[in-house]
Amino acid sequence: MAKLHTVNKSPFERDALEACLRLAKKGSAVLLIEDGIYGAMSGTAISDKVKQAMSDVSFYVLGPDVAARGMKEDKIIDGFKIVDYNGFVDLTTEYDGVHAWL
Amino acid sequence: MSTTKKFLYVNRKAPYGTIYALESLEVVLIGAAFEQDVSLAFIDDGVYELTKGQDTKDIGMKNFSPTYSALGDFDVSKIYIEKESLEARGLTLDDLLDLKYEDEDDDYAEKDSIHVVSRDELADIMDEQDVVLSF
Amino acid sequence: MKYSILVNEGPYTHQASDTAYQFTKAALEKGHEIFRVFFYHDGVNNATRLAVPPQDDRNITQRWSELGAQHNLDMVVCIAAAQRRGLLDEDEAKRQGKDANNIAPGFRISGLGQLIEAGIQADRLVLFGD
Repeated sequence: MAKLHTVNKSPFERDALEACLRLAKKGSAVLLIEDGIYGAMSGTAISDKVKQAMSDVSFYVLGPDVAARGMKEDKIIDGFKIVDYNGFVDLTTEYDGVHAWL
Repeated sequence: MSTTKKFLYVNRKAPYGTIYALESLEVVLIGAAFEQDVSLAFIDDGVYELTKGQDTKDIGMKNFSPTYSALGDFDVSKIYIEKESLEARGLTLDDLLDLKYEDEDDDYAEKDSIHVVSRDELADIMDEQDVVLSF
Repeated sequence: MKYSILVNEGPYTHQASDTAYQFTKAALEKGHEIFRVFFYHDGVNNATRLAVPPQDDRNITQRWSELGAQHNLDMVVCIAAAQRRGLLDEDEAKRQGKDANNIAPGFRISGLGQLIEAGIQADRLVLFGD
């Protein structure tokens, strides 16, 4: 089963993204929401780790949370797809289940 | 309600500092009555929930750790602990509660509920689940 | 597709209830069914009718009540979590001998079994927390 993993915490404050990347199976997807969107930014202490994971896992980021925080879309790591809430819903139907990393 | 689903409770938080560990356990106990295929995973700080010798009297909170020992009586017998999470915290199985259950398919032999699994094994277990509840 | 939504944090302190609301609204607009919205942990505080947020801010509880009325949502507040945190409906207030109740329209108080059932019945359980 390919799962959709959601992460809502900044990778600089909590280990949720790290735990998710450690345990997400190849072919699954990670959606960064709320404070989790900081993990999608390039040029950070964690961006290399995210880029490495991209060979196995698809990455998405919730656009409304990016905009709300004043982060620029052109700073998002290449390979991320930006989705809105409709896209979030679509992802939950495309994947077999949702695992929220709290 | 005849559907049986695979339910996984993922515990990633230490006890007492927040209420998540206790209220997670309350869901597990209620959920046991629904006869689903239940597993529990303890990863990262969640492994601290299962330490032996918890004594809460001086913080004025209820020690709920004895309840984990009752899980076997509720047919909750698949408890997975990530090896890497234990090791990262300098813990071994000896530091944890000794959780057992009686296997009704094996003449009620007493067996260990706790399975220490590697990261890859746990990833496979998580992947098989229908419903994942994280705390 | 049939969804159940779990809201594990209270209003305003965490974004969880806001994200859950936006997700639920989007799912409904796309024609999906919401089997149940379940409120647990501090999430039960989303159901208080006594909150008075500033006028220029969203009213999280009222927003849930309106969405619930519009789509006939089953919005369930966990009784065990609610009792700890002082959320009561009329029956509970009477039963516990309290002089007031504070649950907002559209919410109902029930047991944790409703969460397990929500997981069993829905195609997807989507969880929002901290």
